[in-house]
Amino acid sequence: MKVSPFPAAAEHELANVQLRRNLRAATDTIQSKRARVVAELPDWEALRDAGSEIKADVLARLDELLVEFETAATAAGAHVHWARDGAEAGAIVARIAREHDVDEVVKVKSLTTDEIQLNDVLATAGVRAIETDFAELILQLDGDWSSHILVPAIHRNRTEIRDLFARTIAPGIVSDDPADLAEASRVYLRERFLRAKMGVSGANFGIAETGTVCVVESEGNGRMCTTLPPVLVSILGIEKLLPRFDDLEVFLQLLPRSSTGERMNPYTSLWTGVTSGDGPQELHIVLLDNGRTRVLRDEVGRQALHCIRCSACLNVCPVYTRTGGHAYGSVYPGPIGAILTPQLIGIENASSLPYASTLCGACYEVCPVKIDIPRVLLHLRAEAVRARGRSAERLTMRIVGWTFESARRFTLAQRVARTAQTPFARGGLVRRLPPPLSGWTRSRDLRAVAKTSFRSWWAGR
Amino acid sequence: MRIGLFVTCLGDTLYPETGRAVVTVLERLGHEVVFPAEQTCCGQLHANSGYPDEALKLVRRFESIFGSYDAVVSPSSSCVGHVRELAPELAPRVFELSELLVNRLGVEDVGASFPHRVAYHPTCHSLRVTKVGDAPLRLLRNVRGLELVPLERAEECCGFGGTFAVKNAATSSAILADKCDAIEASGAGYCTAVDGSCLLQIGGGLERRSGGVRALHLAEILAATESA
Amino acid sequence: MSDARTEVLARIAAIPREPAPEPSRDYRVSGERSADEVVELFCTRAADYRAEVVRVDAAAVATAIVRILAAHGAQRVGIGPGLRSEWRPAGCELVDESALDVAGLDRLDGAITGCTVAVAETGTIVLSGSPEEGRRALTLVPDLHVCVVMREQIVELLPEGIRLLGPLVRSEGRPLTLISGPSATSDIELDRVEGVHGPRRLAVVVAG
Repeated sequence: MKVSPFPAAAEHELANVQLRRNLRAATDTIQSKRARVVAELPDWEALRDAGSEIKADVLARLDELLVEFETAATAAGAHVHWARDGAEAGAIVARIAREHDVDEVVKVKSLTTDEIQLNDVLATAGVRAIETDFAELILQLDGDWSSHILVPAIHRNRTEIRDLFARTIAPGIVSDDPADLAEASRVYLRERFLRAKMGVSGANFGIAETGTVCVVESEGNGRMCTTLPPVLVSILGIEKLLPRFDDLEVFLQLLPRSSTGERMNPYTSLWTGVTSGDGPQELHIVLLDNGRTRVLRDEVGRQALHCIRCSACLNVCPVYTRTGGHAYGSVYPGPIGAILTPQLIGIENASSLPYASTLCGACYEVCPVKIDIPRVLLHLRAEAVRARGRSAERLTMRIVGWTFESARRFTLAQRVARTAQTPFARGGLVRRLPPPLSGWTRSRDLRAVAKTSFRSWWAGR
Repeated sequence: MRIGLFVTCLGDTLYPETGRAVVTVLERLGHEVVFPAEQTCCGQLHANSGYPDEALKLVRRFESIFGSYDAVVSPSSSCVGHVRELAPELAPRVFELSELLVNRLGVEDVGASFPHRVAYHPTCHSLRVTKVGDAPLRLLRNVRGLELVPLERAEECCGFGGTFAVKNAATSSAILADKCDAIEASGAGYCTAVDGSCLLQIGGGLERRSGGVRALHLAEILAATESA
Repeated sequence: MSDARTEVLARIAAIPREPAPEPSRDYRVSGERSADEVVELFCTRAADYRAEVVRVDAAAVATAIVRILAAHGAQRVGIGPGLRSEWRPAGCELVDESALDVAGLDRLDGAITGCTVAVAETGTIVLSGSPEEGRRALTLVPDLHVCVVMREQIVELLPEGIRLLGPLVRSEGRPLTLISGPSATSDIELDRVEGVHGPRRLAVVVAG
């Protein structure tokens, strides 16, 4: 898999005025809700510290904790599977479906399953995966894909959704009131929840100590998928573990406040193996690597595995809030995507993503597990430069560096620039430059090199 | 106090008036300012573009040039933040101008007069890396005749981001357009900040719009003695 | 042992990592409010997320439930097999959920349960599948959930609640459901809509 270059993809998205308006309104709303509920807690910073340190501990002991999780979950009656990559995980899920003669599964929204394109894998195996999260359903019905971790259909407005429903699940629907649209999806999905023989979910957390799986959600579709069908398969990225049950006291405070800006999300489900007479009587858990151990190998970059997918970094990012998620070319958009995707699939396959940031640092400030995204971005930029090898840019940067290593050379360069700008500069401003600097002058004037540099002024003082 | 002035490569080349203003303000307060002529660039450009080895060389060079000063001042918060991170021994003595004035020298009134409406853009690195806090605002509030006007979404990035402005020109321009809209809507005649690089972006956008609003470095406002 | 298991574990083991220090836990783990304030806070916060909150004397729970059921026109109501008799409302048909399949649950007008613990700061009730709460589907499929919370079950902070729940999970593997308001979505233009797939109405009776 290779991600198409961000600058061009972003430029395409920027042309969509409706998208930009929707995005801005939505991200502003979530951002201010988050700020309000975070300010309510006197110990928010202490919770962030704890969250970050617990995750660092998980990564330090990941192999040990995975085995502990497997042992506990197995003892509680779950079947634990391991998958090196997405294809292997997909094959496991397809096999379980086949064993139960299932041709339709109900699915909880899960980035991990999107990452491994599970729906396509299942479709090939003759199994239809029905997305049951409201937004995911909308996207699935329209063959579209998510542009925001939390609000996947953030780029769609109510009229578009009404028209889509009229064409698909609710012929004749007239109202575009969100309540009526939600009702239409309730009616459509209820029938499918009640007849489902198999559910598929991701997981927000897995507890190593107890083998517990945790799913955090709002609509109740998650509860439907994880309690009604007799068979449940949950796919868990290996970094989703928490050492102890009590660690939930930290993460169940950090996640909802950072994510939806609520004190607590409507529903959190936790199950520990099979409970006789309650919920699925056959439980599977797939532990997925798919590039995560590659991320773990990078001492600086591995903190990206702390991520709990809250999406707070998207909502404050000056880049994401203009371009939306599709420009990032992966299921992980925004600042977290810019550091996670290149590490998961290899920097050579997503080399433009670490540059899709102004390094403003707003993401780091809101991250509930204190991922130093700007630092990782810089680290990955260096990786990208190394992976690219020789390039015009590298040569230029070397020459610039060499110039800066001597005040004499620097002074000379100032003089050369002053002469070189002559054809472009008028009244102390440059209005048009040739490529590659034309990117600057298409929307901005450039301050011209001064007639008298500071150093010449100082020398003549 | 003997203060070493790091004027920055950008300031030296494009904005000599900013550096001159820093000298004016500090000398007015009775300090000795020295410009070590060997200085060039702190290496932030390289660090932010993926060339850490070159960046480190330039930081070491910076250390050897400025190591002997009681204090080092720069009119660029992002350069200060960069130097502080890569030269921790020097860090306690390197200041962005407003920090030096308010936090180190304890001065909030520098005797300036600038009878205009001004919007202050808190740059990202001054907020989150160098953490200058409200030092620039304290100084601005004491400038005679100056009317500080509120800026909508002040804390949002201007879209500069170094090479980002060129590599991702379309996105950078979209972010800048919103910043310029906010500045124009504020009714200010000037937008000020503590980073020359952000002012290069904002000033470039404002000039292109020809709306009459100008970008001006904080140092230049503090140096001004314009009467109403 | 599958190959994948061996390989994933080997990949991790091959990565040099420093042991991480014991995580700091400087956040609040016990509340400072008085018992009355905690109850008050729970009621406010639960109502904030659009739960219907009623406060009654311990002896008046059944009467309060009758009123709630009447207001929602609920006739056939599911209960866990162990719902205490003094909470059982008169004048409606109470059905033991353990006798119902999923389609049967779908024909109920509502469900009445107790809870295991409630958290004031977040307005959360927690169910753990006890006989008084029934199985998880009982509070999911019907459109109305009436939950009785006893005053002494309310803790102020989430860590206090989690620490009470830990033993139930560790020793009995009980399934937990944390509920904060009725089901909701904000997927269309961030307009909040109450009630998607879970119960559209949540009524909380705070007793004592």
